Amino acid sequence: MKQIVKKHPLAIRWFHWINFPVLGVMIWSGLLIYWANDVYRIGFGSTTLLKFFPDTFYKALNVPYRLSEGMAYHFVFMWLFFLNGIAYVLYTIFSGEWRYLLPHRRSYKEAWQVLLHDLRIRKTAPPIEGKYNAAQRIAYTAIILMGIGSILSGLAIYKPVQLGWLCALMGGYKMARIIHFVLTIGYVLFFLVHIIQVILAGWNNFQAMITGFEIKKSKKLPADTNENPPANQ
Amino acid sequence: MAALFKTPGQEKTENLPEATIRKKTIYSFSMFVLFAVLFVVGWFWLRGQPSKAGKTSAPIRAVLNTNESIFDGLLSDNRLAKEYPLSLAANPARVNGDLGLKSKFDTANWAMQVILAKGDTMRVSLNDIKKLPRTEIVFNFKCIEGWSQITHWAGVRFSEFMRAYGLNEESAKKYLGLATPDKEYYVGIDMRSALHPQTILCYELNGKPLPLNQGYPLRLIIPVKYGVKSLKRIGYMYFDNNRTPDYWADVKGYDYFSGL
Repeated sequence: MKQIVKKHPLAIRWFHWINFPVLGVMIWSGLLIYWANDVYRIGFGSTTLLKFFPDTFYKALNVPYRLSEGMAYHFVFMWLFFLNGIAYVLYTIFSGEWRYLLPHRRSYKEAWQVLLHDLRIRKTAPPIEGKYNAAQRIAYTAIILMGIGSILSGLAIYKPVQLGWLCALMGGYKMARIIHFVLTIGYVLFFLVHIIQVILAGWNNFQAMITGFEIKKSKKLPADTNENPPANQ
Repeated sequence: MAALFKTPGQEKTENLPEATIRKKTIYSFSMFVLFAVLFVVGWFWLRGQPSKAGKTSAPIRAVLNTNESIFDGLLSDNRLAKEYPLSLAANPARVNGDLGLKSKFDTANWAMQVILAKGDTMRVSLNDIKKLPRTEIVFNFKCIEGWSQITHWAGVRFSEFMRAYGLNEESAKKYLGLATPDKEYYVGIDMRSALHPQTILCYELNGKPLPLNQGYPLRLIIPVKYGVKSLKRIGYMYFDNNRTPDYWADVKGYDYFSGL
């Protein structure tokens, strides 16, 4: 006998794994759209430190001259992104899962301790309450707020006349486009950190996103203790 | 609802035989791989749908048409593109594209040909147009490429033109079509958007006659659509209950509506 710890409900696993390819298609098609007016950069005055994006990047991903294709896919897959996101939020509310996901008041302080711990600067991490540590609570809540931001800024760019109030709320047409872009860069950064953390956390943690449970290895139960060593050794 | 108020305790644990755990794990991973494969198959099915001459494929087109019917519901004569003070208008305005403007063009003998029926074409000169009430607009012109610019235009409201020339039957048709004199560039526009109060048959930019590269003598300015619909140098105007041809939708795969 072994003990399993139920971690991710089936619905959340579905939402998570649907979101992965759908967000991928949204970012890809968004890139095809962005290319047609790729004006953003990081720099000061006429000095550019980082151009979004270098030509080699576009060429490697076969981005140029595919604006219409990008728009078509963006406006099809937006529905999946939107509906899956809504379903996730509603599920977390009505299942009570939100209690594991929303940060506490102390989470903001604890998140720094988690960060320092994960960067090997601090020896101990604050105790985890529920399923997620403070940094995870903040990250998983922030990503939902970012999703809402993407939908609102996206709608503002998509229908700036019919939804003129929303466009104004986003700081105007140009600002809405910047917000939409910055949030997308945010997803990519989130993804990178997420992947690194999942690798560091190990297989048991990862497979829980597929099976729903983690296996507790340390706790041997009485029935499990009479393991015999292999006979011919 | 009850779950809203109950506090989930610590994570639920369960003691299971290892064989059961293995079975559950194999089942979950099998389902995961199955649905991953289904997604990939679905994706390649979608990518493999026939799409001739730059048109988007049928399933994609079906969704875009659905989007159109949803957001078309928002379209209203009362919902206007934001207007700006004159001081914010760009001068000179950005020139983008010369499709339909590259052929030899006899400006002196130009007249817009309004095709009412087969063999029944009405010619309207620039002077005729200028006799109609002049209206101005300063709005944020939005290009489908993603840039936008506040620009200042003047002309006659399209709805006013239709009214003045008694084109009531034509106004009742579902689509308007416009083409350049060389027919290299043509757009199709739903009549509700064409009759929107901010849609103008435009002959002035920044208070002066349109430059040739901005569509002299007459162009369309339609703020409820991307700039691709604001056809320069109108040669022909026609009406239909079926979608009128549209260069960017028919040849290049853009959305027909392209509404904002």
